[in-house]
Amino acid sequence: MSDDKPALPALVPASDSLSNLRHYTAARVALGRAGNALPTAAHLKFTLDHARARDAVWSAVDGGRLRTALEARGFRVATVHSLAEDRATYVRRPDLGRRIAPEAAAALADALGPCRLVVVVADGLSAAAVEANVLPTLDALAPRLAADGNAVDAVVVVEQGRVAVGDPIGAVLKADLAIVLIGERPGLTSADSLGCYLTFRPREGLADSARNCVSNIRPDGLAPADAAYKIAWLAREALRREISGIDLKEESAAELTAAKRAETKVVGTD
Amino acid sequence: MTYAIALDDTRWVFPDLRDLMAKATPRRSGDELAGIAAESAVHRIAAQMALADAPLADFLGAEFVPYETDEVTRLILDGHDAAAFAPVASMTVGQFREWLLSPLATSEALTALRPGLTPEMVAAVSKLMRLQDLVLVAAKCRVVTGFRNTIGQPCTFATRLQPNHPTDDSRGIAASLIDGLLLGAGDAVFGVNPATDGVQDYCRIVGLLDEVRGRLKVPTQTCCLGHVTTAIKAIEAGAPVDLVFQSIAGSEGANAGFGVNLAVLAEARDAALSLGRGTVGRNVMYFETGQGAALSANAHHGVDQQTMEARAYAVARHFEPLLVNTVVGFIGPEYLYNGKEITRAGLEDHFCGKMLGLPMGVDVCYTNHCDADQDDMDALLLLLIEAGVSFVITVPGADDVMLNYQSLSYHDALGAREITGRRRAPEFEAWLAEVGLTDGAGRLNPDPQALLGRGGLAALTRHLEAAE
Repeated sequence: MSDDKPALPALVPASDSLSNLRHYTAARVALGRAGNALPTAAHLKFTLDHARARDAVWSAVDGGRLRTALEARGFRVATVHSLAEDRATYVRRPDLGRRIAPEAAAALADALGPCRLVVVVADGLSAAAVEANVLPTLDALAPRLAADGNAVDAVVVVEQGRVAVGDPIGAVLKADLAIVLIGERPGLTSADSLGCYLTFRPREGLADSARNCVSNIRPDGLAPADAAYKIAWLAREALRREISGIDLKEESAAELTAAKRAETKVVGTD
Repeated sequence: MTYAIALDDTRWVFPDLRDLMAKATPRRSGDELAGIAAESAVHRIAAQMALADAPLADFLGAEFVPYETDEVTRLILDGHDAAAFAPVASMTVGQFREWLLSPLATSEALTALRPGLTPEMVAAVSKLMRLQDLVLVAAKCRVVTGFRNTIGQPCTFATRLQPNHPTDDSRGIAASLIDGLLLGAGDAVFGVNPATDGVQDYCRIVGLLDEVRGRLKVPTQTCCLGHVTTAIKAIEAGAPVDLVFQSIAGSEGANAGFGVNLAVLAEARDAALSLGRGTVGRNVMYFETGQGAALSANAHHGVDQQTMEARAYAVARHFEPLLVNTVVGFIGPEYLYNGKEITRAGLEDHFCGKMLGLPMGVDVCYTNHCDADQDDMDALLLLLIEAGVSFVITVPGADDVMLNYQSLSYHDALGAREITGRRRAPEFEAWLAEVGLTDGAGRLNPDPQALLGRGGLAALTRHLEAAE
């Protein structure tokens, strides 16, 4: 290093004009740099967000507490485990997370009997989403469903469950409608996003195109109360028209647009 | 034809080459999900030993995916060049590995050999190679492509600037684009993954990217990564389309899952060529691939995911692309479980692509349900640069807010350049120096306002605000 040049600062911050870019996107723009690397604060913010996302994936729902809370609300509740015995198996084997053992299915039928409308709560890929958003969503949803004459007959809590686990559960309970509430794959900006999938006459082997999805349910996304409005609407229409999935989406598209609700989409991911 | 090997008291038998390849594949979750993986560590090595003794010529007669019903198989076998294959025709897979690692396999020899290699041969030898082997041989492969700049010159790597936005908002895309440009990214392409797949949005996005590129006179190319049929419609509508993008896979069935076949890819390429927008070259296609794509489409035909991935490269090379990248960590832990599996798969894909003559890049990335983090990405990036990777993907702060996964940051590429001394595409690097963003050695100037001073960024910002 020559003596006649002024010393450069270690940190090159983003200029004011560059920082204005943050108005336009939630992306991590205008971070500045330390040499060529991320400044320490930006580096640690990223690692914190990733840690939250990982914890959401790898922690378990407190099933006992959830069950107690659901029963306190007057729901009949049963608990079942998918064929994926643990998290490490769950993330590797999506097929196992979609199924339950025959004995478990029989036990569910014995415990609950036939149900017209069953809500299935599955941990999915975010325990944090279930912990934070299932009860607020159900608290808003159950009265709306009941007002339409579609009361929730039972809630089944699934450990290590994928979206399609609602199919064998709904089938054994002879349900006309399964509403699956499941933790979505966490992003760095939201680790607690809940997804909702509605399936008319659920049975094993259904394609994902037979479901309707309401996604990104969380206070900073689609608020639970707004989600409940949409889920109840979809439930009512699915039961009335006896369809779900792409057919219902196409039929309801104009009405949904008119209602100016947040996006509803049919998706194939779980 | 069966393959067998005796180890101690056990005789391991593999009914055909497809099974032998699956059992010989280094461990990964996708092959276990498919139920075709080796059942133990010794089983796997027995398969590798049997594979090492298998003649390369066997691959020309073996059926992986049926010829009669699969156009990718027909493309591979009908296009095979026996004369180019001759220098290695009598080798086993194990001998082929040794030849590749030896000084006999020069860059020129490897180039001449390409038309004689099938994807399955390249996949086979990769299964016997360690990471260092994969790096060493890939580094000997020379693949140079061009459009508005030149990708793949020795001692360079390029970056795709990926300014995605969750709703394709023009100002949001432009903000990430400007941020990346100021950090010296974007010589491979400005490439946006659209959240929607309508022709109107496609045209708006390529229009936006082309406007920024044109205003600042950046010698690079732009791309909206919509479906190939959307691109064709956009070209018909007069949109400024530089590169046509498509995700592809290694079987006709898996490509059908993407809604494409060889004919529509050819149609798209012809449409892009008809615009004549390239200045230094005529490579107009951009493909993405990834291990597990065929299995997830239930079109893998019992073939291991890495071999299916290599077959996708046979599709890619037919269309002389400017860019190809594997999205290695994007698909999730049911296909590649952790950082170790992602790292190996990324280097395998890069090796196989380069051996087959592709301008191979890698999206060095992972999702939040994979057991991986930014440390794994650092290691893979540095290994890939030593292997001569053509380009990598970069996003603001390593966080893609639209696709919800983590890739490399613009900073990561800068850091890797500082460590390894690799430069950018020469035309792009000259432009960066000309506008004052970098010094003569390609290092960022401490004052990041160079573009501002020329009115470029200020004008762009005003333009964006006016569009509000």
